[in-house]
Order: sequence, then structure tokens, then C-alpha cells
Amino acid sequence: MTTTVTKLEKLVGKRIKRKEDPRLITGTATYVEDVKLPELLHAAILRSPHGAANIKSIDISKAAALPGVVAVYTGADILGVGSVVCAADLPGLRKPVHHILAQDRTYFVGHAVAVVVAKDRYVAADGVDLIEVDWQPTQAVTDPEKALAAGAPAVHPEWPDNTAFIHNQEGGDMAQAFADAEVVVKQRIVSQRLIPNPMETRGVVADWKQADKAMTIWTSTQIPHLARSILAGQLGLDENRVRLIAPEVGGGFGSKLNVYPEEALMGFVSMKLQKPVKWIESRRENFQTTIHGRGHVDYLEIAAKRDGTILGLKLKLIQDLGAYHQLLTPAIPTLSVLMMPGLYKFRNISAQVIGVFTNAVPTDAYRGAGRPEATHGIERMVDMLAAEIGMDPAEIRYKNFAGKDDFPFLTAAGLTYDSGDYAATLDKALEMIDYKGLREQQVQARAEGKLMGIGISTYGELCGFGPSPATPAGGWESATVKVEPSGKVTVMTGCSPHGQGQETSFAQIAADELGVPLDDVIVLHGDTSIVQYGIGTFGSRNTAVGGAALFYALQDIREKAKRFGAKMLGVEDGEVVLADGHCTDSNGNSVTFQQIAGAAYRGIVIPTGSEPGLVATRFWEPSNFAYPYGAHIIVSEVDKETGQIEIKRYLAVDDIGNIINPLLVDGQLHGGVAQGLGQALWEHGVYDDDGQLVSGTFMDYAMPRARMMPWIESAHTITPSPVNPLGAKGVGEAGTIGSTPAMVNSVVDALAPLGVRHIDMPMTAGKIWKLMQDSSIQEKKA
Amino acid sequence: MRTINVSVNGKQYSHEVEPRMLLIHYLREVIGLTGTHMGCETSLCGACTIEVDGKAVKSCTMFAVQADGAKILTVEGLAAPDGTLHPIQEAYWTEHALQCGFCTPGMIMITKQILERNPNPTEHEIREGLDGNLCRCTGYQHIVNAVRTAAKAGA
Amino acid sequence: MIANSFEYSAPGSLKEALALLAEGAKPLAGGMSLIPMMKLRLANPEHLVDIGRLPELNYIREEGGAIHIGAGVTHFEVESSPLLLGKCPLLAETAAYIGDIQVRNRGTLGGSVAHADPSADYPAALHALDAKIVLTSSEGTRTLSTEEFFLDTFTTALDPGEIVSEVIVPVDAGLTGTSYQKFLQPASGFAIVGAAARVRQEGGKFTMVRVGVTGLSGNGYRARNVEDALVGQDVTDANIKAAAALVADGQDASSDLHATAEYRAHLAGAYTARALRAALSRSA
Repeated sequence: MTTTVTKLEKLVGKRIKRKEDPRLITGTATYVEDVKLPELLHAAILRSPHGAANIKSIDISKAAALPGVVAVYTGADILGVGSVVCAADLPGLRKPVHHILAQDRTYFVGHAVAVVVAKDRYVAADGVDLIEVDWQPTQAVTDPEKALAAGAPAVHPEWPDNTAFIHNQEGGDMAQAFADAEVVVKQRIVSQRLIPNPMETRGVVADWKQADKAMTIWTSTQIPHLARSILAGQLGLDENRVRLIAPEVGGGFGSKLNVYPEEALMGFVSMKLQKPVKWIESRRENFQTTIHGRGHVDYLEIAAKRDGTILGLKLKLIQDLGAYHQLLTPAIPTLSVLMMPGLYKFRNISAQVIGVFTNAVPTDAYRGAGRPEATHGIERMVDMLAAEIGMDPAEIRYKNFAGKDDFPFLTAAGLTYDSGDYAATLDKALEMIDYKGLREQQVQARAEGKLMGIGISTYGELCGFGPSPATPAGGWESATVKVEPSGKVTVMTGCSPHGQGQETSFAQIAADELGVPLDDVIVLHGDTSIVQYGIGTFGSRNTAVGGAALFYALQDIREKAKRFGAKMLGVEDGEVVLADGHCTDSNGNSVTFQQIAGAAYRGIVIPTGSEPGLVATRFWEPSNFAYPYGAHIIVSEVDKETGQIEIKRYLAVDDIGNIINPLLVDGQLHGGVAQGLGQALWEHGVYDDDGQLVSGTFMDYAMPRARMMPWIESAHTITPSPVNPLGAKGVGEAGTIGSTPAMVNSVVDALAPLGVRHIDMPMTAGKIWKLMQDSSIQEKKA
Repeated sequence: MRTINVSVNGKQYSHEVEPRMLLIHYLREVIGLTGTHMGCETSLCGACTIEVDGKAVKSCTMFAVQADGAKILTVEGLAAPDGTLHPIQEAYWTEHALQCGFCTPGMIMITKQILERNPNPTEHEIREGLDGNLCRCTGYQHIVNAVRTAAKAGA
Repeated sequence: MIANSFEYSAPGSLKEALALLAEGAKPLAGGMSLIPMMKLRLANPEHLVDIGRLPELNYIREEGGAIHIGAGVTHFEVESSPLLLGKCPLLAETAAYIGDIQVRNRGTLGGSVAHADPSADYPAALHALDAKIVLTSSEGTRTLSTEEFFLDTFTTALDPGEIVSEVIVPVDAGLTGTSYQKFLQPASGFAIVGAAARVRQEGGKFTMVRVGVTGLSGNGYRARNVEDALVGQDVTDANIKAAAALVADGQDASSDLHATAEYRAHLAGAYTARALRAALSRSA
């Protein structure tokens, strides 16, 4: 019949509030800690109080005798369980065996030594206190440069040089670059240890069913399928009999892109006791045992012409690995090398990465993972070079940007940047903030004795991980679209969003492609028994990779729906269009998408060569990373008396490709900026020389609070990525990567009149005050 | 063990508890209201914020026995019985003031107290008011917007 | 994050509470400091007596030219008390700097004072106010000056079985100007340094100056050297600066992750000057 088809408004590109929120704002969501099972037992873990120590003996008898304690296990009990997995590899990499409970020695404060299982968490905690360990502490080493020095204590006695690997990468001709250089600027730059601190700590519930030889594990993870594969291996179980559920996950930022000892340990306990068991990490444990981020000491040298033309960048990167390799530990600093050139067209890089063992919790991926460190390096060096040759920091960037006609752009590090117009983004930022006017204001402010700074960072990053050859565990992503007979749509994504909002943005994509209402689409994720194999959520990949997989699955559904529609309308396959939820022939006759779905399942009318049902699954492999970029500008003022930094303005202009939901993009950006400013200004994971984590609680580790954050002004330029059909790049890490160097550049600019040329992070008020003291003393001497 | 009597979200409860049981564990594990979250043990993250006798408190830093006789409100008690959201909940939703959602119940509960004491707060006053609550996802900007939106709605 | 087991009593009267305390029980008021320490098992009391809800400790009243505040009054009640805001604004202003809304809703004046955290806010204000601390036990009551009460880091003149029952501050508005200025430790919100100033001026000269400092060293203190340097002097910024610069003299400045001793001492001077200036601007 002829029908009037109403044109549907496109949902992609709209600020749509999230579908996942109702459960979260009413307190009815289910995080791991909320999981309840009959006869659930509770575990608590005894951890090493020492940075390095031998375990001479462990006496569990008092703990085991405590009423309510069901079992106590130590290192001797878990030898049948596989050790913690590191998926990254490098030539010659030294991989220490990381048992899920320590054997005869502990390597960092927090190292798991024994587990007490009890009827409730209170008794379990009491039991932990009753275990007696005869410790023999040995000298720890926590500073990676000290660990490399001759005579340093060996973290792993078998490797006295504390060196896990040395990785070299060269691009171009560095010797020539330095021979041609008219100016060389050198700087040691530290990217300090950071503690990811998602608001939900880790937690695990394991439930073994002997009769089925089946294990269900709830764990707060970003990678449910990879975690399942690894845990099945560690526990010696069939992968298809392990169901891993990442329920509501309260933030990760890379720290849950990992598989930790406690996950296999709870599986082991549940199998031993034939009961379900729960372990919830305390905040103190989270500080001490969940991976940390960054931990770089970078020695950088930039070679250039006096006109500002950059010729090359040399890097010696000392990576503080901690005591073990977690899932990706050794791979993270290699990402820094890849991003060394930033947005610039110079052709020569040379990098040496030295991975160093220390008596500390392992470092691994934390928001940005290697790229913030690299961006901080290049963006600081560019500013220092500009200062050295007396050039404006914006000007020097324009001079060295890859041009908009240079794409695809092959960088000195061997990457191929997908698309961009870097100058346009910086143009927009400078115009929005009135850069010229600001510089005039600064002259005035300086004349009045005020320390006003303007900091620019033009960052680039690689994200949308990624082509499989470039990733340790597959870089593709999967999506299934399941249309029910009623026409309701269920999307199952292999991504595992935990706050990023793909239940909404993926529903927007599906609703647009199928012409169904947003409410008709639900997005499922995070349960390996429901969702096809997937990779997970990290590296700003959900939309660029998972969204692309979804897009192609939706195209399959569209094709099949059109064939059913044509059959129902009695016309040839090619004679219909599917739009606005209707399949319409050239005469204007149409059937609805819902009618098609019903017919596809009723099975009476089946197009030739087709089959009943309306389900499609796609695994999509990207051909390249995606490369977002942007320009962040911070105006700051330093209090001359106290060294306190005030952010007067924060502007971010980002190019993250096409935008699915601007509301979510704003949220990602703001959160990223908060973590970047956290690193620049306050956060620091500090170990003392004995291996104690001094900043081991929220009393001492300064997380950004509402009163510490500036108002963030933001805007975009849009250069679609040609890598995926959505044209999306990624925004999860952009704010973190762009903000840190902008902040440091701003404060260095503020203090430039005092002769300050570099400041290491975090730029605490006390550090700035000391710097001003020292500078003014020098001034007086001079 | 001690017997305590409390009203939670308008319902009366009586239980025997160990004196050392934290109020948050009582709410989550004895009563079964898991909307209130434990984010730290040093009373610095605010994820566990609830209302006791009209005052926002951190339920991880209170023993259940200290709440004997008290009237408690948790995030689960905010929406109307028919499911109509509280204006603060609506505002958090509209403004995308949450991502992972873990801090959100505490944020919503402290917002209620902020607005009860200051129905029309400035940005600065909002940020000061949120000082006891950590969020690692949002950078707080959308939370500030949500508090403003809720204020406009007369929450 | 789980406390050790303990016995809990919630007596209905102060007298009963004092009797239990005399037997060795420990007092629990708001619990804002004690409970986190118990959860980390750094404090392991065997018997807690809940004095946080005793009506006998919950009052703010003017009496004989002074304001008497029961130890059970919360920081929020201090910061929002019309009586204090009108007649002893320094204490209300200081209370508003403590922790956050939730902490101020539960934490009590008496609990904080008895805890004597070297970074707590109240000691600065109480020193500057010439406050009196009333201690009560089953044996009776005694009243001490702040300098007699605050002895050292987490150490006060409290005897076993004794509690802080009341704090007495002067009616202090009108000609007197006061201010509390605080440099926050970014993680905890405690004071790296806090300075409270209370001044009166007449004919362009300082006639009364009180300065209390917290955070700088192991114990809050009254900076008599700053006071002496100003009283009788002309009200000039140069005099304020010079006097404030003395504030750390003789103090063993603390050093930690957040501030070196040198920086703390500098901040103490800067914040003392800021407090003095702000107090002056509020004095008639």
C-alpha cells in the first residue's frame, strides 16, 4: 500500500542524554560489590608491608582457628595456578614469574602473600591480622635511575642490573640532523608516577559449579573476553565454560585493562571450597596493588635551525616498570616513542627506552598510556626551543606542522597519520582566546609585576587501537545486531564501556541506520555468555573501532531487510530503498522495518537465497590507528608570595573527527582535562627509599576536586578520519594528553621573566615558590 | 551485638548488629540497599554520602549503632514511589553529570544538602559544596551544571 | 577498612558517660578522626562511649559576657550559629574551613579540640580568642587556657577519664576585627598552615593583637612574638609584614610530602600577614 513516510530526524550528532543513567542515578545499578549469591564467602588478603623482603616462614594457625574463617591459603597452595600474564613482548624482554601469591620473597609493598576466606568481610579482616609472617626485609630500590646505578639492590636477584629490556628505535638520520643543527636544546623531563584511582576499586566474585565444570567470574574489568581467555588458562579451565561478567564498572582509566592476581585467586578459592567467594579491594589496596601510570624520566634533545625549523628529536627514556610486568607494562613506553614527533614534520628521531625494575607496583596503561608522556616531551621541547631562539610559541608550531595537504602523513616514527589540518585548529584556538590581545595583556601584567603565563599545547595522539599487528591481543572489534520479531533491536558490542556512554551513542547509530526509535534499541556488553568475543575498551577505541564494527553489522541487517522488504512488496531486490524505518518501492508502496522483522521470523516469505531471522555479526579490523589532535591554551597566574597557580582560562579546541554525541564528547574531554591537570599540578605517586608508598591514601594523594578545577571552554574542528566509516577518531584520552603540557608551558611562561625554562610535574605551590626563591637569589647575585 | 531501630527511606527496620559494623555496610548488606557506595576508607571521597536526620554524612565514617533512632535517606529513597525522579536526579541525567556512575549517589545526596542550605548557589559555592566528593570521570563541570539546573528547578 | 571489635555504650546522661570513661572506656563524639583510624586499625579502643548525642553537651549560649559552647556542637552548628556569627565570628569562620559539608555535619568542636591534630583549624582560632577549655571527669571540672590545654602533637592536658565538655570564647564583635586564613593541603583539605588574627586599633595604633597558628609545627600555638611586635605600633603594612615575619621563630617547622619546613615557615608568615590585614579591615 502507498504510505506517507515521515522523515526521521538523525540522532547521530545530537546531544542526547544517556540511556544508561536511570539505573545509575537511582542507585539500582549492579557493580561487582553489589553481586550477592547464596552461601557467598568473603576473602581478605595479607599483603607485604615491606618494599623488599624474604619470607622466612608463615604461620596461619591462629587465623585458621578463628571462628568464621573457612580457609587460609598461602603461596605454597597456589602453585597449580598459572602466573599473572604479560601479553606484551619485546626482543630480549626479561619476564619475572609473577605468582598470584608470593612465594619466598615479596617485591613491593602490597604484594599479596596469603588469602583468608571467611563467612563475612569482618572476620576475614580479623583473620588477616592473625597471620604471622617472619619477615627478613632487604634493601629496596624505588627510583629507576638509582636502580640503574652500579651497586643498586637487585629487585630480582637473577638480574642485578635491574634492566628488563632496552628498546631502540631510529627514524631518519639523526647524526645529520645534529650536524645541520644551529641550535640544540636539552632537557631532563620527568613524567611522574600517577595512581589511576577509579572511584570504584577492583573487585571479584567467583562462583564455581563443579557439576558443570563451569566458572562464573564477575570482575571490574575493561576487557571481559581477554580476561576470560587469560583466566581460563591460569585456572586450567575450558574457555567456553568460563563466563566472565563485567557488570557496572566504576571507572578504569586503563587500570582495569589488566588481569590481576586476585581474579585467578578467587577462581582458585571457589574451586577449592566449592562455594562462591567475593573479594573487594580496599582503597588502600588499590593504591598499593593496582597498576600505576607514567613513571618516566626522559632525557630529550631537540635539534633545530635558528629560524625555528625542527630537524630532529633524541630521547633516552627510563621507564619505571615496578617489580613485575602486568598485562602491557613493557609496551607502554614504546608508544611514547611512536608519538615523539607530535604534529611536526621533522624527519629524524632516535630513541632508547630502558625498562627498569623497581620495588614498586607495576606501571601500565593509564589514560593516554605513553602518549601523554611523549606529547609532554615534544610540546615542552618545542616551547623551550622557541624560548631559546626568541620565537613565539604559536609561530614555531605553525612553522613545523605537517601541512593539511601532507595527509596521509608518514611521520619520523613510522606512523601514517590519517587526516588533519593542524594549523586550522590552532587558528581557531588563538582566535577564540584572542591570543594577540592576551600577549598584550601579559606585557601589561608583567609591567605591574604580575606573573601571568600563556601556555599552548598542540597535541596529537594515536588511538582507536588499532590494527591487530600493532596490538598484543588483536586490534579489531566485534558487534552483533539482533533484530527481534517485533522489530526491537539489541546491539551486542565487544567493547566494554564503563562510563563512556556507548549504550547511548551506539543506539544512536543503530537507530539512524535502521530507522527505529532510540528507545527500541538496547546495547549489551560485558558478559561473555551473551556477547560474541570482543577486545574491550581502552585507547579511545570504542567508537572508532567498535562503532565501525557496529556500522557494518547494521549494513548487513539493512541489506537483508531490504531483500525481505522487496519480497514482501513483490518487487526485485534492487528496487527498494530502506529509509526512515520503511522499505519503499518505486511506486511508493512500503512496509515498515517492524513488519519486515516479523516476516523474517515468521518464515513464510523468504527471499531466494536468504534465510529466516534478522541477526548480523561483524568483526572489523581497522587498517590504521586514528589520530585526533587539538590545541589547548591555558592562561595562568602565579601568586608571587606563595607560588600558588591560578588558572584564569582553559580553552580546548579538539579535532576528534566526526562526533556521534557532543554531550558525551564534552564529558570525556572535561574528565580527561581533569586527569591531565591532576598530573600537571597535584598528583604524584611517591615511594620512599624503603619502598613505602608515601602518597598511599586520599589524605596524601591529591585528586582534583571540584574547587580545584577551572571552567573549561571547548570547541571543535572536524576532520573526519578516513580509517573508519563513521569518520570518528576518539576523545577518551585527548583531554589528558593535551592539558598537561599546556599547563606546564603556561606556568613556565609565567615564570620566564625570572629565568625559569622548565618545571617538572607536579607543579605544587611549594615547588614553584622554591623555584622563585632560587631564581630571585640568582637574580640578586647577577 | 546491639539492637538498633532506624527508619530508612520511610521504612522502619530493627536489627542486631555488631558495634563495629559501619553504617554503609548495614545499609548495603543488612538492609540490601546497594546504591550507596564505598569509595575509600579515609572519609575523603564522599561516594557513601547519605542523609541522617536531614544532614548529609559519610556513611563509611559512622557505625550503624550511632544511627540508632535516626531517620535515614539514601539515593534509593529520592524518587517518588511511582518512579518519578527527584529534580536533582533529573538534572544529573539532563546535564550528563555522570559517567561511570560510582560517585553519583553521593554526589546527588550532597547536592540535595547544598541546595537545601543555599537554594541559589554561585559556581564557586557549588564547587566548595562538592568538596567532600570525588569524581574521577567528569572533571566536575557537568556536575556543576547539574547543581545549577536542579537549583533552577527548585530542588 | 574494618575496625577491630569493641564494646559500645550510648549512655543517656553525661554522668553515666563519665562513669564509664572513669573505668577506662574511650569517648566517641562525631568520630571524624577516630573512625578512619579505627578502620585502618591504627586506633583499637576496646570500649567506646558515645558522647556525640548527649543533650547536655549540645548548646551554644551567651553567659556572663562570654559564649559557652558545648563540646557536642558540630562544626556546622558553629559555622551557622547566629550567636557566633554575630558575636564571635572568628570561630564560625574557622569552622567553615574544616573538611567538607559532611564532616562539618558530624564532627564536633569538642572532638576536634581533644584530638589536637597539629593541622586542625580550631587551635589557631582558639589561641587567638583567648578561649577557655573546660574539662570534665567523674571527679569534677577544671578550666584551662588554650596554652595550658594543647601540649603537643595529638597531646593535650586531658587526663584519662576526662573529656572536653565545653569551650568558652569571648563576645568579640564590634571594635575587634578577626580573620582566619588557611593554606589548604590539596589532598586532605587540612591546613598546611592556618593563621587566626584578632586585633583592635585606636588612633592609628594597634591596641590589642592576638595571633594563633596551626599547621606549622607539631602543635598549634599563640604567636606572642608577633603580638608583642605590634601592640602599641602604628597600623602600617610594613609593621604587619615585619611582625608576621617573626611568626615561625622558635618553632620546629614540620616537613612532609606537601610542604618543606622552609616553605611552611614562609607560608606561616604570609598567612599571618594576610590574617592580620583582613582582621584589621574588619575592626572599627
